[in-house]
Amino acid sequence: MEFEAVIGLEVHVQLKTRSKIFCSCSTEFGAPPNTHTCPVCLGMPGVLPVLNRRAVEYAMRMAVATNCTINRKNLFARKHYFYPDLPKGYQISQYELPLAENGWVDVETDMGSRRVRLNRIHMEDDAGKLIHDENRPVSLVDLNRTGTPLIEIVSEPDIRFPEEASAYLKKIRQLVRYLKISDGNMEEGSLRCDANISLRPRGQETLGTKSELKNMNSFKHVQRALEYEIRRQTAVLMDGGEIVQETRLYDAAKGVTHSMRGKEEAHDYRYFPDPDLVPIHVEDSWLEEVLASMPELPDRKRARFVEEYGLPEYDAAILTSSYDLADYFEACVALYPGAKKVSNWIMVELMKLLKLSGSDINDCLVTPDALAELLKLLEKGVISDKIGKKVLEQIFENGGSPSEIVERQGLAQVSDIGELQQLVEKVLDANPAEVEKYRSGKKKVFGFFVGQVMRETRGKANPKTVNELLRKMLGS
Amino acid sequence: MNNPADLTLTDLRDMLDKGDVSSEEATRAYLDRIEKIDPKVRSFVTITGEKALEQARKADKVISRGEASPLTGIPLGIKDVICTKGVKTTCSSKMLGNFVPPYNATVMERLEAQGAVMLGKLNMDEFAMGSSTENSAFFQTRNPWDLDRIPGGSSGGSAASVASRLCAASLGSDTGGSIRQPASHCGVVGMKPTYGRVSRFGLVAFASSLDQIGPLARSVKDCAVLLQAISGPDTKDSTCLPQPVPAYADACIKGLDDFTIGIPDEYFVDGLDPDVEKAVQAGIEALASQGAEIRRISLPHTGYAVATYYIIATAEASSNLSRYDGVKYGFRAEDYSSLMEMYKETRAKGFGAEVKRRIMLGTYCLSAGYYDAFYKKASKVRTLIIQDFKDAFQECDAVAAPVAPTTAFRLGEKVHNPIQMYLSDIFTIPVNLAGIPGISVPCGLDSKGLPIGLQLMTGHLQEEKLFRAAFNLEAALDLDISWPEL
Repeated sequence: MEFEAVIGLEVHVQLKTRSKIFCSCSTEFGAPPNTHTCPVCLGMPGVLPVLNRRAVEYAMRMAVATNCTINRKNLFARKHYFYPDLPKGYQISQYELPLAENGWVDVETDMGSRRVRLNRIHMEDDAGKLIHDENRPVSLVDLNRTGTPLIEIVSEPDIRFPEEASAYLKKIRQLVRYLKISDGNMEEGSLRCDANISLRPRGQETLGTKSELKNMNSFKHVQRALEYEIRRQTAVLMDGGEIVQETRLYDAAKGVTHSMRGKEEAHDYRYFPDPDLVPIHVEDSWLEEVLASMPELPDRKRARFVEEYGLPEYDAAILTSSYDLADYFEACVALYPGAKKVSNWIMVELMKLLKLSGSDINDCLVTPDALAELLKLLEKGVISDKIGKKVLEQIFENGGSPSEIVERQGLAQVSDIGELQQLVEKVLDANPAEVEKYRSGKKKVFGFFVGQVMRETRGKANPKTVNELLRKMLGS
Repeated sequence: MNNPADLTLTDLRDMLDKGDVSSEEATRAYLDRIEKIDPKVRSFVTITGEKALEQARKADKVISRGEASPLTGIPLGIKDVICTKGVKTTCSSKMLGNFVPPYNATVMERLEAQGAVMLGKLNMDEFAMGSSTENSAFFQTRNPWDLDRIPGGSSGGSAASVASRLCAASLGSDTGGSIRQPASHCGVVGMKPTYGRVSRFGLVAFASSLDQIGPLARSVKDCAVLLQAISGPDTKDSTCLPQPVPAYADACIKGLDDFTIGIPDEYFVDGLDPDVEKAVQAGIEALASQGAEIRRISLPHTGYAVATYYIIATAEASSNLSRYDGVKYGFRAEDYSSLMEMYKETRAKGFGAEVKRRIMLGTYCLSAGYYDAFYKKASKVRTLIIQDFKDAFQECDAVAAPVAPTTAFRLGEKVHNPIQMYLSDIFTIPVNLAGIPGISVPCGLDSKGLPIGLQLMTGHLQEEKLFRAAFNLEAALDLDISWPEL
């Protein structure tokens, strides 16, 4: 029997507001334990939460970007469970009437495009962290992260392949980064993912029993955990067994999942509306403000790049993969109108340098001005492509202006016919044997002469002129 | 000169402003009285004598500069459910037996800004759950009118201390009658404001949608002055109302012309003690004598109030008390071998029986499969009770009723019958569910010489009408009751 996987993802995104969702503590990452805390986020007796408006705006941006309907009245609810990293004994989340519902995102993989529907996006506060002491049987509690705003994005079970799950996650990451509402970093935990997965015989409508996968800290983990789980569930079903509804943890080292808790041990969260917070009313004016703050979204931008700049789909997709890269491209094109040329230089040369150094386009010393200037120098034939790449590398390392570097280091191309003619003559005179070979039909030797002339000029000779002169003087 | 501890807050204010007495003298008078009397009444959990004298001396300087606010130099007692920076705040629970908050409740900030003096923290039912102060984990507060009787609860310490003249006035909290019922039993005035009128920041939560801080004092005007000082918008409490605070004391004016008072049939039922009924009727006549029109009304859903309350209040309590887990502060059990055991032992040993009973009830009400039948249904009934009052206030300015079905009962009388105990709040609970203000004003004594309170209620944010009616009741009755001898 052939099985089909049915996958739904629950993605948590940390919003990068300056302060926490219900108090004014900083959300800064990496401070000494328990220094970004106050009576409110410590859950001390008698304290009350006060909602951070900015967090709601960030969440609304994501709702708009994923085509959700925003509930003009939405509510916070308490979700109860006991754990030392949860100081109040409940998380403030949303249950009935979440911020937004019924959205979708389009995801592309090699298998084609798929529309993944979103069930809901809701807001909640993050828990703290436990640090387990390696030497003593105790755990230490760090509550710095407690109260960091989160959104949870719950998809419908529309995903069919692990690759699609990974692509969906990357899409979510791209969106939150475009919207500048989160770093979207899975390794650092600002983007987290739980997956629900079940199998069913291909063609069957009803869903099979699902397992919930946790503890996947990278896109690869998510994909591998799902792949493993498909194999595991397939094996169970082929054996005539039944899938048990349970929560399973992914073990990245072994590449397997193992059971954490069964359905019976599942929490009863006892949700009820939080009486300490009033309902959020999203008035027209507020929604308009948020809409006005929305950037152009990746799908739209990609289409525009194709249309407006005549770029191939491939180029447009890469250049719009990040908002800042797309911005960079457009700044360059504004200064140097050859879009394809700009695209090539960014995609091939600049991105190679960025990748090698592990740095970000925002920290890049090659300003759009510098890149445009470099491209102008190339176009005018002042420097060759080869020299251009070297100049780019220099600017990437130390900054500076291309013309100044070319000038200071004497990198300008030798295009002067008289000067080059002398050099060509010199090379031909010095290599009579090779000239003879060439004339007797061994045309391959041509490259040797070009090389010699380039060596004489330390690479600065205009290759086109050299070629022409050589052909003329060799008489072919 | 008379003992300044015998003065009302308003009269002490006059004396302080005239320089007839200093705040330090008044504070010392109270501290002396506490030392002498409180071992019998046992209203204070913590006495902050040194701090009080320091505050008093500071207040005296402000007064001498002519910069006094209404509460500058006035010695007050604070229910131990209100967080006081640097001073133990126990909620009369073992769980918070040594808890010292590093922050002040907003009401404490406001009292301190006015230069009020805090004499100490007052005993209560544990986490404000109870009607007799018998649920204090520490000791029993007694009714100053009869030391073998309960002072009411949960603000038993707040009422008993005012009645014993151990403070000029006090703050209590009222979730289902916890200010009005002990005020009635101790013969003082106790007032629960409109929900959201006073910030709840720093009030240790019992049931968040019902809790309000309010004043207890020896006169209506004293309550008005104290309420005015603590009321008003607060950015730290999202449920706090934005409306500006009127001058409540100015609402205490003679005369009730063009004032209609509704008498709800549902509050005069079987089980209402005849002495209580008689005194309340006398109070209603007194109101009429001031010009009020008296009209019979109906609040048809009153009978559902107690059940509704014990679902909503316990559900919220079960949630609010989740934070007491032994991890961060407060009590932690000593013997445990796992995290789960630490939680269980801590909560089993840290909470008293009544608190645990309510946590269990509330947990049950919110459980999967029961939520709709209990919490959701109760929320709907609550809406009906709110509507009852809205309808009533279409035709009257205030509603008058008893505060409690009986006067103070004997210590231990109802300890083993929680339902009987819960029913002692039958007349006070609807006000909390509706979020409207209510006040208990003494209206007489029963045949045993125990005080009886009359309850007045008005519409949402109609505190001025409430004080006006209460002031006229107090003035018209002009009760010749001497304070209990201790």
